[in-house]
Amino acid sequence: MDKNQENPQAQKVTTTAYNNNNQEDMLLEIQQLQFTAIELNLYLDTHPDDQQALMSYNSIVPQLKQRIASYEQLYGPLFHFGLSTSQLSWQWINSPWP
Amino acid sequence: MWIYQKNLEYPVKVCGPNPKLAKVIITQYGGPDGELSASLRYLNQRYSMPTDKARGLLTDIGTEEMGHMEIVATIFYKLTRGVSPQQMEAAGLGGHYAQHNHALFWNDANGVPWVASYVAATGDPITDLTEDMDAEQKARATYEHLIQLSDDPLITDVLRFLREREIVHFQRFGETLNDVQGFMNSKKFF
Repeated sequence: MDKNQENPQAQKVTTTAYNNNNQEDMLLEIQQLQFTAIELNLYLDTHPDDQQALMSYNSIVPQLKQRIASYEQLYGPLFHFGLSTSQLSWQWINSPWP
Repeated sequence: MWIYQKNLEYPVKVCGPNPKLAKVIITQYGGPDGELSASLRYLNQRYSMPTDKARGLLTDIGTEEMGHMEIVATIFYKLTRGVSPQQMEAAGLGGHYAQHNHALFWNDANGVPWVASYVAATGDPITDLTEDMDAEQKARATYEHLIQLSDDPLITDVLRFLREREIVHFQRFGETLNDVQGFMNSKKFF
């Protein structure tokens, strides 16, 4: 359900079906960390010997993995095809889908 | 092989339905300089690149562009969600509604469908990397036009993110072009 469906005048209307704000916040943290990883990844593609960038990239990886694991424990898998387990039932198909 | 991750690269929120804005933003989904063209161009060109560096970069940027196509799709979907056929028509999306209802389709802002000829693959790495840089600039310019047209500050924020990514990609392609040129010059014997 839309969080702001009862109030069409609400400043921020989100149409993504999150279970609660915590889910959205946890996902935002993952998105922020992953963006750093994407940016460093592309930089390293053309600067493979930059040790500082490599260290930054390597330090993001465990942080991202840990946050993904915490998220998945509460809200189900973020990845398919054998990269995440599913508890109780097959949670992969549950909302929110992007 | 590709693995899907069940979240957007950048979150998309909208202030409310806005079919007029959706009509112009769709060009970054299926227009000549849109994200479908970008992702397919890079993922296709990588096979004929002479260096591992270039293959790696095209794979990574092509993959990120698929994520951008998903962001643009989400924007269109959210801006037209619940909009009546009459409102679609008034916003210039009557033709879209007639053919696709509220489904998405790869066309430009004028409804012209996507064609493969938007994308080049000459097999000449210098030509292809130069085309990639050109494509990033065209996408950047289009995002700037869309930012000028946007009356939804939440969408403008996402468009700014996407615009910025084109600039970064342009930079990385430029570095790769230099690298590939150096590689090809080192292979020449007269």
